[in-house]
Amino acid sequence: MVKKVLKTFEIDYLQVLDEHGKVDESLMPKVTDDDLKKLYENMILVRTFDKKAFSLQRQGRIGTYLEVRGQEASQVGSTYAMKDKDWLFPMYRSTGALIVRGQPMTRMLQYWGGDERGLISPDEFNNFPIAIPVGTQALHALGAGWASKLTGDGLVSVVYLGDGATSKEDFMSAMNFAGVYNAATVFIVENNQFAISTHRDEQTGSETIAQKAIAFGFEGIQVDGNDVLAVYKVTKDAVDKARRGDGPTLIECYTYRMGDHSTSDDAARYRDQKEVEEWAKKDPIDRMEKFMTEKGLLDDTYKDKVQADSTAAVKEAIDAYEKVEPANPEDIFTYMYAEMPTQLKEQFEEYKESKK
Amino acid sequence: MVLANAVTAVTMALRGELKRDKSVVLIGEDIGLNGGVFRSTDGLFKEFGKDRVIDTPLSELGIAGAAVGMAVNGMKPVAEIQFSGFLYASFDQLVSHAGRIRGRSRGRFTCPMVIRAPAGGGIRALELHCECNEALFAHTPGLKVVYPSTPYDVKGLLAAAIRDPDPVVFLEPMRIYRAIKEEVPEEDYVIPLGKANVVREGTDMTIITWGALVKYTLEAVEKIKDKVNVEVIDLRTIYPFDVEAIIASVKKTGRAMVVHEAPRTSGFGAEIVAQINEKALDSMEAPVVRVTGYDTVLPFANLENEYIPSEKRIIAGIHKVMDY
Repeated sequence: MVKKVLKTFEIDYLQVLDEHGKVDESLMPKVTDDDLKKLYENMILVRTFDKKAFSLQRQGRIGTYLEVRGQEASQVGSTYAMKDKDWLFPMYRSTGALIVRGQPMTRMLQYWGGDERGLISPDEFNNFPIAIPVGTQALHALGAGWASKLTGDGLVSVVYLGDGATSKEDFMSAMNFAGVYNAATVFIVENNQFAISTHRDEQTGSETIAQKAIAFGFEGIQVDGNDVLAVYKVTKDAVDKARRGDGPTLIECYTYRMGDHSTSDDAARYRDQKEVEEWAKKDPIDRMEKFMTEKGLLDDTYKDKVQADSTAAVKEAIDAYEKVEPANPEDIFTYMYAEMPTQLKEQFEEYKESKK
Repeated sequence: MVLANAVTAVTMALRGELKRDKSVVLIGEDIGLNGGVFRSTDGLFKEFGKDRVIDTPLSELGIAGAAVGMAVNGMKPVAEIQFSGFLYASFDQLVSHAGRIRGRSRGRFTCPMVIRAPAGGGIRALELHCECNEALFAHTPGLKVVYPSTPYDVKGLLAAAIRDPDPVVFLEPMRIYRAIKEEVPEEDYVIPLGKANVVREGTDMTIITWGALVKYTLEAVEKIKDKVNVEVIDLRTIYPFDVEAIIASVKKTGRAMVVHEAPRTSGFGAEIVAQINEKALDSMEAPVVRVTGYDTVLPFANLENEYIPSEKRIIAGIHKVMDY
């Protein structure tokens, strides 16, 4: 008889900037004052866009929209660590990530307004179209990161998932493949505590989501998702590691979905307002403002300017969105295949005839 | 020329494409050192190495989804699914993503991948190892579906599928994997997707079929050649399909029948009947008959021949068409 402990594991948690705006200098990532300002400015831009998009939905100027409110730090901090040509695999709540990644806000409104052209990535970035089925994008990211590993193109893929997605087969397969092939992929799970109404505790028996990585043979870490500095730090480490060929990382951004699941949802049906109020005290932007004020990087003039610039940029995007030429209906047919198949060609002719 | 069966023809096509294009990579379960459960990747692991012929963890969903990601990032994955019944696990990735990437990104990203699977019954395989599911994929926008019937066609069509810029489901008829041997050129050739093959010329009626049933239809037709002169079309590609070849033939013969293994209702035969109805009704002297599998699950080995269109049923179908 042999009885021994084969494996034990630990999961690190990282917070650099606490909810009162205090930082632990020993944990600070390597960032310049300019980086800090950019992180802050991006978070303000994301929040401004998000608020406006929500109200555009209420006014019927776009369709369904999914708010990112509360998750600005987890998205801005992580995408800020990527190179432009790296692969982003976003989900429907990745608005913040997309904004940092140069996806024009006009296009994002186009998407939520029902226009496929909103998903077109700018050429200088590799922003994959937003995933609507939950978790399927994990495999695409794995595939892209695996390809990068095989071809040595030096790129990294970063995928955004919610806590609900960790229950999906796609997520588990992707994590499993990533562990086997040491894929250049970073999995970011924004644990915002809810998958529509299903609480995180009902999603998995695991104490943390980060620890799921252990089962697949690589590192998982939990980070305060409302702390843009910690999120940036762990993502930068993970992206660098993947780029070196040292394999994948799972990052659990512990955060909170401040809004409803979507503009069709009413979270008051299933969660206590007091919990929302408690989380409001941990706001990612408030704490960054306190920290930057303390550091002498933020005063009222700067703060007002950042807000005014964001408001103007969002307004410009909305104006452009409302002036976008309607899509060519023929695009429905022309983008299905490289070369239109016989059957589709015939239907295309029939369509054109029906419009005469 | 090599005397090859369909399995060898798969290997030849894969070898040719691996040599021709560095971005081609094979992924699948047991395809490496073991050479695949049907040995269709035999020797390729040793020849091209572990980074080109890659054994994957056991997840058909994972294989399909990973192939999508590899394809958008510049590779040409050729994924093997061991049996067509396991394609159901891949289905979400094929329908929700592979077929939509070009359209959703308005051409910014594309998905040039091939997913291969042995399909169809007739070799006493286990249940769910022999599904006839071509219609599911043909009904999925953005995908192409190929279903060859001979070693020569397997090689040429698989090469074309791998070079195609869009996702292709490549179904390989298990029943003829080793049942036909023919001369297959070692040199490179492709058979264009979407082109049917008139495998037997005739004047009295047309049979449209594909996959393993091409061989068995031809055998049935030979038996009654003194009474009925049947033209047989091997569709080769299910989507897009060669409607011109079908219409040209039925306009000549005025009578038609479709033979396929899949269940009848919403089977691909229904589409062919509809096309003949739309484009050649005036030429038709009899209703188009379908000889197909039934709307049942494919029975286990002992009863599968009750389900798969037999020579007797094919001949009965021919008489039904001719006697109308």
